Amino acid sequence: MSGGRKRGIRFSKLYSFSCLKSPFSNEHSQIGKKGYSRVVYCNDLDNQEAAQYNYCGNYVSTTKYTAVNFIPKSLFEQFRRVANIYFLVVACVSFSPLAPYSAISVLAPLVVVIGATMAKEAVEDWRRRKQDIEANNRKVKVYDNKSGTVKETRWKKLRVGDLVKVYKDEYFPSDLLLLSSSYEDGICYVETMNLDGETNLKLKHSLDATAPLRDDKSFQNFKAVIKCEDPNEDLYSFVGTLCYDGQELPLSLQQILLRDSKLRNTDYVYGVVVFTGHDTKVMQNATDPPSKRSKIERKMDKIVYILFSTLVLISFIGSFFFGVETKKDFHRGKYRRWYLRPDNTTVFYDPKRASLAAFLHFLTGLLLYGYLIPISLYVSIEMVKVLQSIFINQDQDMYAEETDRPAHARTSNLNEELGQVHTVLSDKTGTLTCNSMEFVKCSIAGTAYGRGMTEVERALTRRKEDRQPEDDFTSEDLPRSTGDGLDSGKSIKGFNFRDERIMNGQWVNLPHSDVIQKFFRVLAICHTAIPDVNKETGEISYEAESPDEASFVIAARELGFEFFERTQTSISLHELDYETGKKVDRSYKLLHILEFSSARKRMSVIVRNEENQLLLLCKGADSVMFERLSEKERLFEAETKEHIKKYAEAGLRTLVVAYREIGVEEYRQWEEEFLMAKTSISEDRDELVDAAADRIEGDLILLGATAVEDKLQKGVPECIEKLSNAQINIWVLTGDKMETAINIGYACSLLRQGMKAIVITLDSPDINALEKQGDKEAIAKASSESVGSQIREGIAQIDSVKESSVTFGLIIDGKSLAFALNKNLEKSFLDLATKCASVICCRSSPKQKALVTRLVKMGTGKTTLSIGDGANDVGMLQEADIGVGISGVEGMQAVMSSDYAIAQFRFLERLLLVHGHWCYRRISMMICYFFYKNIAFGFTLFWFEAYASFSGQPAYNDWYMSFYNVFFTSLPVIALGVFDQDVSARLCLKYPMLYQEGVQNILFSWSRILGWMGNGFISSMIIFFFTSHSTIPQAFRNDGQVVDYEVFGATMYTCVVWAVNCQMALSINYFTWIQHLFIWGSIAFWYIFLVIYGSLSPTVSTTAYRVLVEACAPSPFYWLATVLVVVSTLLPYFAYRAFQTRFRPMYHDIIQIRRSLGSETEASCELPLRVEDKLYHLKERLRPRES
Amino acid sequence: MDLGSTDGASESPSAAAKKHSKKPKYSKFTQQELPACKPILTHGWVITAFVSVGVIFIPIGLASLFASERVVEIVDRYDKDCVPSTYGNDTLAYIQSTQTNKTCIRSLTVPKQMKSPIYIYYQLDNFYQNHRRYVNSRSDEQLRSKAYEFDTDDCDPESNTDKGPIVPCGLIAWSLFNDTYGFSLQNKVLQVSKKGIAWKSDQKHKFGSDVYPKNFQSSGLIGGAKLNKSIPLSNQVDLIVWMRTAALPTFRKLYGKIEVDLEANQKITVVIQNNYNTYSFGGKKKLVLSTTSWFGGKNDFLGIAYLTVGGLSLFMAISFILLYVVKPRPLGDPSLLWNINPVGHSN
Repeated sequence: MSGGRKRGIRFSKLYSFSCLKSPFSNEHSQIGKKGYSRVVYCNDLDNQEAAQYNYCGNYVSTTKYTAVNFIPKSLFEQFRRVANIYFLVVACVSFSPLAPYSAISVLAPLVVVIGATMAKEAVEDWRRRKQDIEANNRKVKVYDNKSGTVKETRWKKLRVGDLVKVYKDEYFPSDLLLLSSSYEDGICYVETMNLDGETNLKLKHSLDATAPLRDDKSFQNFKAVIKCEDPNEDLYSFVGTLCYDGQELPLSLQQILLRDSKLRNTDYVYGVVVFTGHDTKVMQNATDPPSKRSKIERKMDKIVYILFSTLVLISFIGSFFFGVETKKDFHRGKYRRWYLRPDNTTVFYDPKRASLAAFLHFLTGLLLYGYLIPISLYVSIEMVKVLQSIFINQDQDMYAEETDRPAHARTSNLNEELGQVHTVLSDKTGTLTCNSMEFVKCSIAGTAYGRGMTEVERALTRRKEDRQPEDDFTSEDLPRSTGDGLDSGKSIKGFNFRDERIMNGQWVNLPHSDVIQKFFRVLAICHTAIPDVNKETGEISYEAESPDEASFVIAARELGFEFFERTQTSISLHELDYETGKKVDRSYKLLHILEFSSARKRMSVIVRNEENQLLLLCKGADSVMFERLSEKERLFEAETKEHIKKYAEAGLRTLVVAYREIGVEEYRQWEEEFLMAKTSISEDRDELVDAAADRIEGDLILLGATAVEDKLQKGVPECIEKLSNAQINIWVLTGDKMETAINIGYACSLLRQGMKAIVITLDSPDINALEKQGDKEAIAKASSESVGSQIREGIAQIDSVKESSVTFGLIIDGKSLAFALNKNLEKSFLDLATKCASVICCRSSPKQKALVTRLVKMGTGKTTLSIGDGANDVGMLQEADIGVGISGVEGMQAVMSSDYAIAQFRFLERLLLVHGHWCYRRISMMICYFFYKNIAFGFTLFWFEAYASFSGQPAYNDWYMSFYNVFFTSLPVIALGVFDQDVSARLCLKYPMLYQEGVQNILFSWSRILGWMGNGFISSMIIFFFTSHSTIPQAFRNDGQVVDYEVFGATMYTCVVWAVNCQMALSINYFTWIQHLFIWGSIAFWYIFLVIYGSLSPTVSTTAYRVLVEACAPSPFYWLATVLVVVSTLLPYFAYRAFQTRFRPMYHDIIQIRRSLGSETEASCELPLRVEDKLYHLKERLRPRES
Repeated sequence: MDLGSTDGASESPSAAAKKHSKKPKYSKFTQQELPACKPILTHGWVITAFVSVGVIFIPIGLASLFASERVVEIVDRYDKDCVPSTYGNDTLAYIQSTQTNKTCIRSLTVPKQMKSPIYIYYQLDNFYQNHRRYVNSRSDEQLRSKAYEFDTDDCDPESNTDKGPIVPCGLIAWSLFNDTYGFSLQNKVLQVSKKGIAWKSDQKHKFGSDVYPKNFQSSGLIGGAKLNKSIPLSNQVDLIVWMRTAALPTFRKLYGKIEVDLEANQKITVVIQNNYNTYSFGGKKKLVLSTTSWFGGKNDFLGIAYLTVGGLSLFMAISFILLYVVKPRPLGDPSLLWNINPVGHSN
């Protein structure tokens, strides 16, 4: 079953892209054909025909393994790694006489390492399994035909065709066809947060034919057949028919209740199970997120290959010399080394077949020098990363009090990648802004109301103040301060409107009070929100499809038009009558709702008021509304337009509000037309409906415009400033209008004063003229040319001023972006964009977001990070190297496809600059060190070989060697990977430039890696030659004993353990008790091991028998040699570091020294400034080379 | 990815929040704020480290050099001189012939007073006792206990004869060194004591007192020395010493001890039975007489290495101090920053 679920990610299948498709395409004609072959017999389980369709049960399993396949499958996963295969082969070969050491000593560490990884897998899978069990055992009520009542059963027992009853606030157990609900007309409200992350309620309608079946009894004889599409992952379409009562009724998504969505505001519904278990849309959607690997890990693979080559090379050298030596053993009929009995030998040492012996020895060499490849590298890194992500999850400074959400690392693969981010691509709404809309301003009858000041305006003011500090300080700021006073008294979510002229019923005294009344009436009626009256307090809250809409209804309520009841046919308000000044209840009969769509950009309702007037109330985007105004009634169009422009500049979202009265006859005619369009089942039904709606939405009378503020999230400007100080490029990809986007850009200090803006847009007269003509090809050509030339101009502009310190910001709109992303312009666009400090793409679609992300990722080859909160960001999150989801208000979809989830944008600063930097540093240090320690160890074996005529005899006891990676050196390196800090979190944030160490990959550059490897090589030489020369051949203790093979091995191994662990102590910057324990503990453990192992019977301990107690410990040479060797191996590194810190310090060295000197505590921001200054010059010098 | 299961809080955030907040608990460990010492390579530390290495190493070096100097060592290479000149270059024929007289008399002069015990070593050169075939060609089981007499799997080709297993089997035992030395001082025989030349643990635990040599050097090629069949292996100290294979191709092994003091300029006569064939592989044979100091035999390398490392450290320390005095550029000066550049090279 899992085989079918696993699919590669295809672009068309990404949720965000599939929603671009038109949700309605009439495919009913295809029912019964391929892809549309599902037949469901409702409430008819005994039916013979039903039995032949063997649909899967409702049992859901999301685990990777089952009890049966766990061992083979997880083993297979393990051995997909080259290094592990190598070790497996080594283990197998070690059973042959080729092996230089005993098989068990190779097998043991391999088993430990593989076992640890498998245990980790098992634990993870067990968690998934527990979730599955919980979900599969939830209870649901199923209709039982025999008794005629509903019975409780478990989710997993549901079958296709079952009739279920779901109660309020329960999840749907599978994909259901809605038959009826507690409402007479068969509607119900559904929350789909788990599916698409949208918190608003969605309305579902049952078919009229089944709506009357509203209690258990009525289903006694209910039989129906559903024919529909096969299981698929498209959440936004459903094609099928219901055969009921001899009729064939078309079904659409309106009747489908998807698994994992929740029933809301409806007491109960009846439904038929259509898709179960893995056939449900949500399970079909559950593709595994694309597995991402960090750049460091990819580079590490290359290093492993280098080591493999080294391994092959030295094995080859060894076998060559071995062959030569062996061949010489038989020369001119004489046997040279007679003590080896070359006259009577095996194939491995036969001088007469020296080349074969050499080849076999080559294999032995591959086994022997295998210690160059760190067996525990992968498992250590995995463990370290898991622990690192626990630290990320546990960070209190990334915990959002308001939403009670800590940061969550959903994958641990990319921790170090967080420290290398070059470009951040951010969504705007919900990410930079709160997506809690506040009604702040409005323009009614040409008069602007609302004195509140927006974040953007404040930023604008700040900018002005920078220029002329003494001016306009008082005048602009005063209203704000009074506004604040009001604020503290009473704060209403979604409402931040302050104007004493119209508040508290004062509007009745204004000249245009009738217009004001109509204006707010439109806001109170023209929406799809649902009131939720709190019975105890009488307070009303609203459930709305979008936060904008909620803010309108709230605004209307606050100004005296309180919407309190919605039925299917009417809307009721508590209304302030401006003539009497009293509150009256008015009810409007709701005739039609012309719904909002992104194409229409407006919504209207048609109501009949108590005076029996027919009114069309409409609100919509300025771009579509002004052209629909009546020719006659254009009273305050100019003023309103002016206000809208101002509002947009202040970063507000605007809508135009208008209305018209409809004549009875006109309405009757139109309704007929409209209903016909609505009920038609032809393919272009949607177009017909739109066209009909379009006809009535004309001749409007302008009332005014609203402006809501999409508030910036807390700490966003500061965070962005920090990130740009860290020289991270920030791109904002937003669906907003250009003006809004630019203003938000200023507000969140993405665009700064003194920055030159390069704007690329297709909003030019020529293009518009072409568009009017409608020649699509000509438009495309002209647009492409225009965008191209604008890009070239931009580049030229930047190049012309490169000597001065002007920075640039690029703003491009969605239409231009579409052309800029074409193959021919892609490169120059990227070229331009990377030269700009910040980039804003406005009006971009989810697909464009993903394409831009891919362009940046592929084009620059640098690490990209996408951050977003909504379902429309999913593509972008999956495309980027790292996807960060905002786990805020907007549900789960983005979080589900992200790698890291944080509650607010501002935590990105800490995630990148602190955790990212630390993790990058830790992992890169760790890998370098890993290679160091294995080279230092592996090469001592090689040097020993050189003195053992390359015969393949290891210098050490088998168990010393196999425990090397597992016990004597592993814990300190894990401590390094988990705990090391070059500078504290506070300093990481204070010196954001430090982050560049990761972006430029300074700590994991080839020179550094090779440096470490060289250090390992030199260490191995020092260890071998110093040990051998100082202990051999003279007596090494005063009783005249000499060093033999056993003592030599133990002595040299002691030196290796000391040297490698002390090297660790020298290279880490952060000593807590843990590091002390691990480092000194590892060394102590070596001695303990040697004592214990040495005291076992000589058959077990072989060459280690009493070697420490009897031979080494009483010898001064042993201890003196250890000290000498350890100090001399460390000295080169220490001297290098000392000189480097003195002459060519790294950035973290500087910060560390400043901290230790105490100068850091002073307000010393002069360092970053000076650094920046220097960097700027560096940059300028480098530029010509680059281009 | 299971969309079906949501954690408690997303189902009813308000209720869950009241019950338990998801706020991470504060501890110095989880917040990565454990108290730590953060060593930094400041001038002071660097100089201190270098000076202390120098200050500690130089005395140790001097002490070990001094100790090494006090050791009196006589090394006499005899492999060449003990072949009669008549054999010329055909040393192999000489050594392999059973007819030739292998006795060779050497005269050694004691350079300085040698206090007893004086250790007698033979030193072989170019002899690969650490060859993989050689090292593994033994049976520890068999050596240890009579019960494992037949345990000779690893010993080929010196494992079995027609009469049964060879004890001790294997190439190591087979190639046992068989030169012998007799010492006399002014015609008085100097007793060579073999006491304590083998490791105690070897005698006690690795070589059995119930294991007697059997079929050893009895047929086919004769390798080295023969063993007295009436002495158990645990008392065959020469074998035990030989069986402890050497680490490197040049090695010394204890032959015995002279337990009288020798005075300076005394002449010792050594009667060598030059039996052992090192001529086929061009190995040297040396006789070594050496006293020991408190820390062992004569080895100048250790002392010199200590002095060198200590000296280098002091040199470093001095150059850092000079740098500090001559060019007191403050550490942490950002103008030294070299490695962060805004246009990063791609990896």
